[in-house]
Order: sequence, then structure tokens, then C-alpha cells
Amino acid sequence: MDALIAARWQFGITTIYHFLFVPLTIGLALVVAILETRWVRSRDPKWLRATKFWGKLFLINFAIGVVTGIVQEFQFGMNWSSYSRFVGDIFGAPLAVEGLLAFFLESTFLGLWIFGWDRLSPRLHAATAWLVSLGTIISAFWILAANAWMQNPVGYRINPITGRAELESFLDLVRNPMAWHHLGHTVLAAALTAGVFVLAISGWHLLRRPDSPVFRASAGLAAILVLVSSLGSAISGHFQGQEVADLQPMKHAAVEAHWETEAPAAFSIVAIPLQDEGRNLFDIRIPRVLSLLTDHSWTSEVRGINDLQAEYEGTFGPGDYRPPVAAVYWSFRVMVGAGFFLIGLGALGAWFMYRKRLHEVRWYHRVALLSLGLPFLANITGWVVTEIGRQPWSVYNVLLVRDSVSPSVSTATVLISLIGFTVLYGILAVIDLYLMAKYARADIGEETTPAEVGAGLAY
Amino acid sequence: MIETDLNSLWFLLITVLWIGYFFLDGFDFGVGILLPFVGRDDLDRRVAIRTIGPVWDANEVWLLVAGGATFAAFPEWYATLFSGFYLPLFLILVALILRGVSFEYRAKDRRPQWRAWWDRAIFFGSAVPALLFGVAFANIVRGVPIDAAFEYTGGFWNLLNPYALLGGLTTLLLFTLHGATFLGLKASGPVAERAHRYASLLALPTVAVAGGFIAWTLVEAAGGNRGSIGMGALIPVAAVAAAAALAALPLLRAKRDGWAFVATGVTIVSAVLMLFMNLYPRVMPSSTAEANTLDIYNAASTPTTLRVITVVALIMVPVVLAYQAWSYWVFRKRVTREQLSPTG
Repeated sequence: MDALIAARWQFGITTIYHFLFVPLTIGLALVVAILETRWVRSRDPKWLRATKFWGKLFLINFAIGVVTGIVQEFQFGMNWSSYSRFVGDIFGAPLAVEGLLAFFLESTFLGLWIFGWDRLSPRLHAATAWLVSLGTIISAFWILAANAWMQNPVGYRINPITGRAELESFLDLVRNPMAWHHLGHTVLAAALTAGVFVLAISGWHLLRRPDSPVFRASAGLAAILVLVSSLGSAISGHFQGQEVADLQPMKHAAVEAHWETEAPAAFSIVAIPLQDEGRNLFDIRIPRVLSLLTDHSWTSEVRGINDLQAEYEGTFGPGDYRPPVAAVYWSFRVMVGAGFFLIGLGALGAWFMYRKRLHEVRWYHRVALLSLGLPFLANITGWVVTEIGRQPWSVYNVLLVRDSVSPSVSTATVLISLIGFTVLYGILAVIDLYLMAKYARADIGEETTPAEVGAGLAY
Repeated sequence: MIETDLNSLWFLLITVLWIGYFFLDGFDFGVGILLPFVGRDDLDRRVAIRTIGPVWDANEVWLLVAGGATFAAFPEWYATLFSGFYLPLFLILVALILRGVSFEYRAKDRRPQWRAWWDRAIFFGSAVPALLFGVAFANIVRGVPIDAAFEYTGGFWNLLNPYALLGGLTTLLLFTLHGATFLGLKASGPVAERAHRYASLLALPTVAVAGGFIAWTLVEAAGGNRGSIGMGALIPVAAVAAAAALAALPLLRAKRDGWAFVATGVTIVSAVLMLFMNLYPRVMPSSTAEANTLDIYNAASTPTTLRVITVVALIMVPVVLAYQAWSYWVFRKRVTREQLSPTG
């Protein structure tokens, strides 16, 4: 193993781990803000109790999201100093803006939210919840704008003297269509994650106490959230896919294990991609559907991996410019499969709610509980598609990953931090799961005043 | 002397961010380090933690923004520093991760064993960064081996030289003292009393160690290790740091808690300011060759980028300061044992 491989593993492990928590907390921040607002409007204590119950689970996960986020910002410099030097003129700005616009906002108002129950008026207190939620979404935009620039570099030029990328237009960076596709899909996925989380845990309680007002209200809200956000994720994902086909044709072809250029192009449902031979061992395909998905046309041409590889060698010189096809092909199908399943879950839930029997359909709650892992699986496989699909580039068509690593950091050093972070993150995962299980199963409180809720949330 | 350009403005902004970070998270670290000493029972320890509970996370953001601002304004500095000081940064990250979850998680289970483990995590999670930030900054000021490609070539052990260790001891003691005066101001009852006692106990050794570090820095500066700002400007700032540290002791004796906290705060602000003034316009002096020294020009982003982030910073920094100040105002009262529910 060399430093490059160790640095890549470290980025993969720490980023995937971080992103287990991020969408859940973006979504739960929104859910908590909605619940508290409903309490402020109605003064029905069930909403106050629901705010506390889900708020506690939000805080347990937010803590890990915050601390693992620090590693994300620092490891560009630690493991990827050549990357940082090359793109710093462009990539650093959104990170700095994220800190100034979002991190201060969410951390300050989260402190006020946790500890301010008996010091702020209920309306002002609910406003702090909305500001935390706003902070998480602003944060998402800027980090996704940074990532989108790696996928679709815009508004820059290469300085012929230094050989580095330089910013030409910040507006182009902000308007990068990839960033907005990223944002829509990611925030909808976050809402979906929180929706399934609330639906599943509410279901667990409703199986025991079908008359619990707090969990009936929570499940109803969650079912709507799951339906709306899963449909939204599918639609936004479709247009994001078209954008990828346009801007990153190699990634798009790899995601579909589409080796040869075809017009019209068939869509592969199940395949075993053979990376070395440049073909699929086994492939079940539907004619024309890939053309339809890519261009809304029955006949259009979709370029294949082998063609693109030949073209890239012509442009960039000899080398393998294909991402690992099987990894992105299957990750994409897992993500889409999970997403469609969750559309069904949301639709059924909304239907039962409409019929006013959501609280009593026991099999549905069992299914919801079993689905708890699916949004997390979809979130991770989605990023696997995006990031592994970007390989071998760190900045698409501009900088290779192998040219991005820190030259002065030894393999042993990266290994120490790789092992250290992995062990630490593993321990935190066990603790987080223990606390989640404990507080997800806890009985609902009897709180009727904000001060009581505050005493239960503060530390 | 000082140039009036965007590069200098960003050097100043990053200086302000680090000053803010060390002032604010400095007392968080101090509270964490003192936690086992000022808290005899669980309720005491909760009082201590509650004094920083609503604010520590936002205080830590100053570090994140300092890091992000360095990346944006001086990417070469960010790349050299973060890849060069890899292992200390790794240890700081581990410590900050542990500390960050500890506050939240210790409260989530009432078993004494559970809380004892998190208390240890808070102690080490606070002490390790308090020590290592001083080591890191002393090394930056002292200069480290950097080659012509701006890569750090010094390895890990090179960072553990006497000057840097004295710098680490300085921040460790200073932050602990700062935390003690903060607890004296914000806690009440036995916690505040014990904090007050530890502050009185720590004040003299802190003055001695910090004074030694500042004096050493000035001697090196007089010997040539400084940027374009003259000794005539460095010495007064150093004198303010020393005077403020010295003033803490009588203020503590007179039980002027607020002023004692101001004194430790001024010590931190002026000591960090002096270090950055000593650097300017350099950001990472190379001990290998003067030509390899990173400064605010050869490490900087282009004027285009600097202009963009300047606009954002000039708009956002006052807004951030306003709402952070408001949150301190909301939580201005002392924390008492009585206000904390005994069952929590």
C-alpha cells in the first residue's frame, strides 16, 4: 500500500461515515423546526413533546456530524496538498464562505435552541430552530458547490506560468448547474432520510401504543414527507442524470455499464461488467430506454465507455480514464431500487393516513421499521456513484487523483491517521447506536412547558 | 512596514480569526481541563460544563473558519501547514472529536462509570489541543524546514524543539488560567470558588512561562527572525500581554472576577497578536532557505478570489459577531447548582 491508496481509503471512510449523519441531521433539523412551529401555533402539548423527542435524537446525531466535519475540512490540506495548491484559488472560497455563512449560524443558534427554552419567547425559540435548519441547507449548498466544481469545473482558467487553476468568475461557480442539481437531490434525500427515520421509529411505538398522540402525529407528518421527498428525489435525480450525461459522459456510461456507442441505446437492468475486457459478461437490456432516459428521445445516440476511452487517450495521452464500472453500476441500481421502494412506502403511508388508519396498520409499521436502513444505503451509494464515477480525476478532465496527493506525507503517517480515525469512528458508531436505541425507544415525556423540555434537552 | 492591499487585509482577518478562536475556545479548553478539579460531584461538573454548553460549538467554528479562510486566501500556506504538521493536527482532530461528542453524550446516561469516561475525554480532548496549538504556532514563528516546492521536509520530531514545547506549555497554562477566570465569572457556589482558587494558584507559573516564551520570541526577533514590523511595535504589544497577565493576580485577590477574565483575555489577544505581527508579511518562514519562505504574496490566491471573499467577509463578520454577542447576552447569568435539575 502506498500513501495514495491510504489517503483514498481515508477520504472514502471518513466521508462516507460523515455522510451517514449529515442527511439525517439536515432532515431532522427541518422536522424539528416544523414540529416546534406547530406547537407554537396550536399550543397542543403533543407537538411540544414531539419536538423534544425528535430533538433529542437530532442532537445525538448532530454531534457526530459536527465533529467528523472538522476532519473533512482539514484532510484536503493534510492528505491532498497538491490538490489544495492546484485548486486552492477556487476551492477554498466556498469552504470559507460555508464557514462564515453557515457554520456560525447553525452552531450559535443550536446553542440557543438547546439552552434557550426558558429564556426566549416561544416564537423566537422556534425561529432559532428555523435558523439552524437554514444553516444546514446553506452549508449543504456551499460544500456541494465546491464538489460540483470538481465534477464540472467552470469559471476558471489554468495559469500558464504556475500551471494552477485560477478563478475567473465566482458567479459561474455559484451558478454551476451541477451545484444546483446536487443541492436539490441532496436536500430532498436528507428530507427523505429524516422522514423514513421518523416513520420507522413512530411505527415501533405505534405497534405498542396505537393511541399515542405524539407518534400518530409524527407518523402522519413523516408519511407525507417520505412521499413528497422520495418523488422529488426521483425527479431531481433524473434531471441530474441527464446533466451528468452531458457534462461527464464517461461517468454516465460507466453508471449504465454502457460499453459501446449505440443509437438508439438500450438500458441495462442486470449486468456483470468486465472491466478488463471492456464488455459485460451477462446483460439484460431494454431497447431504447437509455436513449429515452438520457435525452427524452427514442433514437438518440449514447456514447459508450470504449469510445470515450479512446477519445480521452487522444486528448489526455495514454492512460485508463474509466472509473471502476461494476462499483458505480451496482451502486446506482441499489440507490434507485431503494428510492423506488421508498416512494411506495410513502404512497402507502399517505393512503393510510387519508383513510385515517395509519396508526393501526401493524404490518405497515413493521415494513417501515425494516426500511430504516434504506435511505442511508441510498445516500451512500449515491455518493459512491458521484465520487467513484469521477475517477481517475479529482477535478474532472483537469487533475488526476494520483497527482493530488501530498508529496511530503509518508505512507506510515497516512496509515496512522487512517487506522486512528477508523477505530475512533467505529467506537463512536457503537456509542451512537446505543444512544439512538435508548432514546428512540424511550417513552414520551409528560412535558407541558418549554422549561421542562429545556431541562430534558440541555446538558 | 504594513502594506495596504488585500493580501495584508487577509493576513489581518486570519489573525483576527485565530485571536477570536484562542480567546473563545481558550476558555472552553480551560473549563475542560479544570473539570476534574473544580467538580467534586456530578452536579458540580454539570455546572462547569453548562457555563460553556451554549457557546462552545460556535467558539470552535472560529477554528473552522480560520482553516477555511487560510485555504481560500493563502492556499499554499494551507497546503504546506496542514500536510507538514500532519501528526499534531491528527492528534488535535482526535481530541476535538472526543471533546465535541463528550459534552452531548455524557448527559445521555446517568451511570457514574459512563460519565467518568466522558469526563476523561473532555479533559484530554481539551488539554491536547491546548498544548498542541501552542507547539504548532511556536514552530510557525520559529521557522521549519521547507523546500523550494513549499513542501515541509522536517518530519515529526523536528516539531518538538524546546522553543515549541515552551510555546505549548504557554498555551496550556494560559488557556487553563483563562478557563479558571471564566468559571469564576460564570459559575457559582463551590465551582466558582474552586476555580478562583486554581486561578490564583496558576497565575504566577503562567506569568513565568508565558513571560519566558514572549521574551524568547522577542530575543529571536531582535536577532533577525521577524518580518517587516519593527521591534518598536512588537515590544509594546508584548508588554501589554505581560502586564495583563501580571494584573490577573491582584484582580483575583480583590475578587474582581470580571476584570480577572478580561486580564487573561487581553493576555491571549496580545500574545497571539504579537506572534502574527512577528510573522508579517511572512506566513511560514523556511529554516532551509529564505527564498523558500511562504509569505502573503507567494502563498496567496489571485486578486479575483481575494476580492470575492473580502466582500463576503466584510458583510458577514459583523453579522456573525452581532448574533454571537447576542447569544452570550442571552446566557449572561451565572450557572447555579439549583437551576440544574438533579435528575438530568
